[in-house]
Amino acid sequence: MVHIKRLQEESCDILAVIGEIDASSSIELDLAIAKSVGDGYRRILVDCHALEYISSAGLGVFMSYIEEFKEKGIVMVLFGMSEKVAHTFSILGLSDLLNIVSNKEEAKQRIHELSV
Amino acid sequence: MHLLENPFGLVNIARPIYLNRLAFLFVRTRAITRLAFVGSLVCWFVLVSSDILVVFSDIKGLTPEVPPWLPRVMLDLYIFCLFYYYKFRIEREEALNFTDLLWKVFATGLITTVVSLALRLLVGLLGNTKLPENVLFGDFIYQVNLALLISFMMAAFMAWKRLILYQKSKWLIRLWTFFEFLLVFVLIYDSINLALSDTANLLLDIVLGLVILVLSANMKWVAYLNFRQKWTSLLLLLLVMFYIGYFTFTADRLSDVIATKSPAFFAFNSHLFNIALIGFVSLYSVFSFLVILFNLPTSSVFEQKLEEVVNFQRISQSIQTEQNEESVYKILLESSVSAVFADAAWLEIESNSHQHQFYTYQLTKEEAQAIRDHLAAKNIKGVLDQNVDKTKNLSRHLASMKGARYRSLEAFPITVKGETIGTLALLKELPDGFNKEMKRIVAAFANQAGISIENFRLMEEAFQNERYKEELKIAKAVQKSLLPERLERDAQFDVVAFSESADEVGGDYYDTLRVNDHTVVLIIADVSGKGTTAAFHMSQMKGIFHSLSQQPDIDPKRFMMQANQALVYCLERGSFITASYFVIDTQARTIQYARAGHCPLLYFKAAEQTANYCQDKGTALGMVRSRDYEKFIHTYTFPYHPGDMLVLFTDGITEAKNTKGEEFGYDRLKAAVEKLSSENLKNMQQQLLQQLYEYTGSDEINDDYTTMIVKFK
Repeated sequence: MVHIKRLQEESCDILAVIGEIDASSSIELDLAIAKSVGDGYRRILVDCHALEYISSAGLGVFMSYIEEFKEKGIVMVLFGMSEKVAHTFSILGLSDLLNIVSNKEEAKQRIHELSV
Repeated sequence: MHLLENPFGLVNIARPIYLNRLAFLFVRTRAITRLAFVGSLVCWFVLVSSDILVVFSDIKGLTPEVPPWLPRVMLDLYIFCLFYYYKFRIEREEALNFTDLLWKVFATGLITTVVSLALRLLVGLLGNTKLPENVLFGDFIYQVNLALLISFMMAAFMAWKRLILYQKSKWLIRLWTFFEFLLVFVLIYDSINLALSDTANLLLDIVLGLVILVLSANMKWVAYLNFRQKWTSLLLLLLVMFYIGYFTFTADRLSDVIATKSPAFFAFNSHLFNIALIGFVSLYSVFSFLVILFNLPTSSVFEQKLEEVVNFQRISQSIQTEQNEESVYKILLESSVSAVFADAAWLEIESNSHQHQFYTYQLTKEEAQAIRDHLAAKNIKGVLDQNVDKTKNLSRHLASMKGARYRSLEAFPITVKGETIGTLALLKELPDGFNKEMKRIVAAFANQAGISIENFRLMEEAFQNERYKEELKIAKAVQKSLLPERLERDAQFDVVAFSESADEVGGDYYDTLRVNDHTVVLIIADVSGKGTTAAFHMSQMKGIFHSLSQQPDIDPKRFMMQANQALVYCLERGSFITASYFVIDTQARTIQYARAGHCPLLYFKAAEQTANYCQDKGTALGMVRSRDYEKFIHTYTFPYHPGDMLVLFTDGITEAKNTKGEEFGYDRLKAAVEKLSSENLKNMQQQLLQQLYEYTGSDEINDDYTTMIVKFK
C-alpha cells in the first residue's frame, strides 16, 4: 500500500511517497506524477523518506518519465531515500539516469541548477 | 379364492406393496386392482343369487336353503372389494388432478346410470309381460341398481377422500381414519343386526353426522382451481349430484316394491352404512358445488397471484437457463405490466459500466421521452433520476401534461449492489391506478431482477477470472518451455540452475550456449512485470540471446547494447529487463561480463574462501531508449581459478521475506554461499534453497526466484 501526499513549495511540486510501492500500487505513483505534470509543474520533487520498499514495477514508473521529462524540460529530483531503497535504484542503474540526492535542501538546490 | 372371501386378507397383500413401492409397484397394483374387481363381481353374484333365493323362499313360505344372513355378508364383502378396487384406482393414482378426479367420479356415475337406464328400457320393452311383475325379477333389477349405486358411491368416496386430504394435518388424518373405522363398524353393525338401545343408535347417528359435517368443511383444493377448471368442476359436480338423486330415487322405489311383497327383504335404506355413505357423498358434493360457485368471482385474483409467483420464478431462474441480462429486463417489464394491468411501461437501464438500454411496452420511445421531458421541465425528481432509490408516485404531475393519455405513473428503481442501474416506469390511463398491493409486487419484481442481474455480473466475472487463469496456465507452460532442459557443461566447470515461479507467471530467465570449443556464454535475466506479457518478453529475450550470442567475438557490452536496441521497440512504457551476461573463455581462463541492472554478481574465491559482490555499474535494458545506452553499460573482465564459484540469482532470493517481513538479503546469501562452498554443486544449490525455505518458514515464496551456480575446476 502506498499513500502519496502532494504539497507545493516555491514553485516546486513535492510528492511525498509513504509506504511500499509494488506492482499494484505503482499505478498510484504513476497517476500522481501524471497529475503533477498535468497541473503544469515543471519542477517535481519526490520525497522518499517514508518509502519503505519499491518493486521493479515502481522503478519502471520513474523510468518511464525520464524521456518525457527530458523532452518537455521538466526536472524531477528524488531525495531522502533509505539505504535499501537507494541500493535498489543503483543496482538497476537508475541512479545514473535520475537525480537522486540525500535531502530536501540539496534537492532544491539541484532543481534550481538544472532548471536554469 | 379364500382371499376374496376374506377381504382383510387383501390388507396383508397391500402392506408389503406399500413398503416396496419402488419395486413391481405398477404390476402388483394392477394385479390387486383386478383381483378386487373380480372379487367384487363374485361377491355380487353370490349376493344376488342368495338374495333371490331368500326372497323366493320367503314368498313361498319355505325355509331357504341358504342362511338368511348370507346376502348381507356378501354385500359387506362386495363393499370391501369395491373399497380396495377404488383405493388403487383412485386414491393411489398420483397423476390425477382435481378435475381428473371429478371426471372419474362423473364417468363412474355416467356408466352406472347408463346401465341402470338400459335395464329400465329393458323392463319398459318387456311391457305387460309377467316378468316385470315378478318379485324375483324385481329383486334382481334392484340388486343391479344397488350394486351400481354402491360402486358409484365408493368411487366418489375415494375421490372425496383425496380432495379432503389434499392439504392434510395430523388431526385431519386422524379424523378420517376414525371415519373409516366408524363406517366399518356401521357396516358390521348393519349385517349382524346388532341390537342397540335407541339412545345408542341416536348417538351413533349424531357422531356419524358430525364427523361427515366436519370432514365436508375441508375444501382447500377449490382454491387451486383456475377459472376454467372451476366451471368444469361445477358441471361435473352438478351431474354427479343428479346421478346420486337418480339412483337413490330408483333404488328407493324398487326396494319399496319388493319390501311390500317380501317381509324378509332387507332394504338398502334401512342399512345405516348406505345412508351414511350416500349422505357423505351428497353433502360433500353440495358443499363443493357451493364453495366453487362462490369462489368463482375471486378466482381471477388467485390466478393473478399464481401468475405473479410464476413470473417471480422466471426472473429468478433466468440466470440458470443461460439467458442474458436483456432477457431479465424483458421478463421484468412483461411481468410487471401483467401484474398491475399497466397500459404502458418503459424500462431504462443506464449505468456507468454498462451501455444505455431502453425497453418499452405499448409506448413509443418518443412518448416516453415526452413524459420525461415534461417531468424534467416541472423540475420533478423521480423518473429516471438515477439518484432516487425509492419507489415514487408521480401521477399528480401527469395531470398538468397536455394531451397526456395516462393518468397514473409509478416509477421503481432497479438496484444492483446498492447502485441504481435503471428505472422501471409503469403507466395507466386510470387515475390512481396502482394500489398498495401492486406497488409491493412490482417492487419485489424489480428487486428480484436486480439480484438476477447481480448474479449475471458475478458469473461473468467468474468466467473472466477463469479465462484469465486459463491464460496464465498457458503462459506458465510457455515460460517453463523457455528455460533450457540441459545446461552447457565443460571440462573446466560445472553448472547447476534452479527456477521457480509464483502462482502467476514469472519473468525469470536463464540460459547457456556454447559458442565454440573454448567459449560458453551464460545469461540470467528478470523481466519486470508478471503474467503473459512477462512470458512474452522472456521469449523475446531468449531469441535475442540465441541470435546475438552466435556472432563472432561477442563482447558482453556489445551484446547488451544490441539487445537494448532490439528491445526498445517491443518493451512498453515502464517495462524493462534486467540481465547479466557472461562469456567464459576456458582457454584464457577468464570471465567477461556485463550487468544490466541485474542483481550484483556474487563471486566466491577459493583461495580466500570468501564470497563477495562485484562492485560494478550497468543500467537495465529498456531504461535508456537511445544510443546513449552505450554510456550506461560496461564490460568487466577477470580471471578464474579452480574452486571459484559464480553465484547468479534473481531478486526473488534476496527479497524473500520471513514471517516478520524481513528480507533474506545479500548478507545472508553471502554467508550461506561461504558456508556451503565445500559441498558439491548439486548439494550446495539444494541446501541454499533449503536455508531460504527455513528462513521464510515455507517453500511457497510468493515471487519468482532463480539461481544459477557455476563452479570452476
